[in-house]
Amino acid sequence: MANSKIKVIRVGAASCGMAAGAAPVLELLYKKADGIEVQEVGCLGHCYAEPMVEVITTDGESILYGNVAGTEQAVDNILNLSLEGRFTIPEGRASKELVKVLKLAGRVVPTSWEDYLANHGYEAFKRALTMTPAEVVDEVIKSGLRGRGGGGFPTGRKWSFLAAKQAPEKILICNADEGDPGAFMDRSLMESVPHQLLEGMLIAAYATGATKAFIYCRAEYPMAIKHLKIAIKQIYEHEYNKFDGRELEIIIKEGAGAFVCGEETAMINSLEGKRGTPRFRPPFPTDSGWKGYPTMINNVETFGNVPLILREGAEAYAAVGTEGSKGTKLFALAGDLKRPGLVEVPMGITLAEIVFEIGGANPEDVKAVQCGGPSGGCIPVELFNTPVDYDSLRSLGAIMGSGGMIVIGRKRCMVETARYFLDFTHRESCGKCTFCRVGTKRMFETLERITAGKGEEADLDFLEDLGNKIRKGSLCGLGQTAPNPVLATLRYFRNEYLAHVVNHQCEALECNALTDVMLDKSNCVKCRMCIKTCPVGAISDDFVINNNICTRCNSCIEACPKKTIHRVKGGEGVRL
Amino acid sequence: MGNYSYLSTIEPESSNLIKALQLVQAREGYVSDEAIVAVAEYFSLAPVEVEGVLSFYAQFKRTKPGKYEIAVCDGTACHIKGTPAVLKWVSGELGIADGETDKDGFFSLVTVACLGCCSLAPVMSINGKVYGQLDRKKVLRILKEYRNNG
Repeated sequence: MANSKIKVIRVGAASCGMAAGAAPVLELLYKKADGIEVQEVGCLGHCYAEPMVEVITTDGESILYGNVAGTEQAVDNILNLSLEGRFTIPEGRASKELVKVLKLAGRVVPTSWEDYLANHGYEAFKRALTMTPAEVVDEVIKSGLRGRGGGGFPTGRKWSFLAAKQAPEKILICNADEGDPGAFMDRSLMESVPHQLLEGMLIAAYATGATKAFIYCRAEYPMAIKHLKIAIKQIYEHEYNKFDGRELEIIIKEGAGAFVCGEETAMINSLEGKRGTPRFRPPFPTDSGWKGYPTMINNVETFGNVPLILREGAEAYAAVGTEGSKGTKLFALAGDLKRPGLVEVPMGITLAEIVFEIGGANPEDVKAVQCGGPSGGCIPVELFNTPVDYDSLRSLGAIMGSGGMIVIGRKRCMVETARYFLDFTHRESCGKCTFCRVGTKRMFETLERITAGKGEEADLDFLEDLGNKIRKGSLCGLGQTAPNPVLATLRYFRNEYLAHVVNHQCEALECNALTDVMLDKSNCVKCRMCIKTCPVGAISDDFVINNNICTRCNSCIEACPKKTIHRVKGGEGVRL
Repeated sequence: MGNYSYLSTIEPESSNLIKALQLVQAREGYVSDEAIVAVAEYFSLAPVEVEGVLSFYAQFKRTKPGKYEIAVCDGTACHIKGTPAVLKWVSGELGIADGETDKDGFFSLVTVACLGCCSLAPVMSINGKVYGQLDRKKVLRILKEYRNNG
């Protein structure tokens, strides 16, 4: 029998929770909950503890269970409110986080209209309707909100451009093409609280006079699309899309897997059914965008902030943050740290607080953090006291970006990291601008050569020179920022590049061509796991690894129960 | 000739071209030459214009995928945590490279930019079901399970 104090059980069932194994937990709970309400909710942001279950008691207390296995035992623990398996939010995170935008994520059923309304949902929209459109725009300007997609353009000003236009149709686009590898803030918001994004869009449509709204969402986010579709249907049913004597049409368009479509003019082309290449600006989209109509594009997180501004007022909103960056920011923390996940922090918090206190990374083990994905740059650990705001990050050669934050540990090679990002951007370049199309390819090839141990010192100057030319010679954000990962690593980790090109060594022992693998026989228990695991037969019967055959796949290192196999400097291993 | 009458659920307006191609792919698993001609006719475009748009977007496949499509994530977090190794294990086991389908049409293999489950890196998905925190054993076990279950 379940504990009678349980009022409702919430299971984190966003796509991250499902991937971690929430489905069997749900199945068991439905079977055994015995009349207690079981809700499938969004994400609480503690990815490292997924699958996660929250129990709300009849006293209103919240009890969390983390890493819940899909077993009878684990589920019984929850139903009995057992102390076993309970999860407490780590102190560092609880004290540093400021949850405003994501307040409802994981606390409401994403597809429930009633749930959202019961939590002040659409109050901001209703307040906006009591104001004139110009007053709403003013309120957003006063709040100091800047675009959360990466560029950081003042949102209210963008709105005022569209509001000032006279046209038979005005178009609003929500950029939900979250393409930066390592970023999942927008996915989480759309999956967990789709109505919050839509409320922000309705307010924007009212303030700017928009007649048609698109949500351009990447097709890789099926759950987000599903939840948004349900939420839009609910809006239509309750006629919230009818205001100011007109009817707003809200259309979801699925992207088709092109990173460049996150750039606004490329997105407009894609929404017109064309190849997603960027356009020359001017004319700016607010002058001539989708099919020539004035068009404004905001990102998911930006729209997600708007209801807060209208609900609590611009002044209260602007009380959080720094001089030039107001409010909170979502970050997707990933990489070499203990507690990856989605966090919401006030602007102005330092990188050290995010990475060490919230993320639980060990300061000794961290080399740098990559902000802004493939468009951003790395920031070395020495500069982690930098406050996180648009302008400070830019001055360091990184960007705020959309909020992907990847922690790079001491065991990672910065040249390889740069090569990886250029591999991404050179493949995603749409091909329109020569410098981006050919330049990123040449940069990538040069980095390939360096990581293969065939680089020369002159390559470093070449990379810097070409990088700056690509910046200047590209039309859109993709090309203008593509060299950032290389230029930033060259700036802060030049010694690693030099080690590769002068000594042909990879100090992090990551570049395969510059690394050997060796077995330390003194600890070996001769269990033969390595020999069995090796896919290429590089390990002899007397436990010697032949580096001429070895592909550096790491299988044996993982297989060895005694941890006797290590990567060593190139040339130190055995060659037969 | 295949039957593409389902296209009529979409208005033949140029901004719907990508949507139509997505529908074709959802129905057939890929976009064949024949489908391109049918879509072009439906939208009153030249086949080359349709192919121009289609070839721009990574989502569209021009070869028939296997019954189970393995998508190995090569997002930043996964890459750092070992995508190259995951790819090697999968393609070593199945004898196919990125973008290929095996001989009996059972498995196909692609790499994708990011599945958005970075905290579970390295990650792959099979027909949309995501598997996280992969190591070699886990990958081989998963592939075996699919084989055994047919």
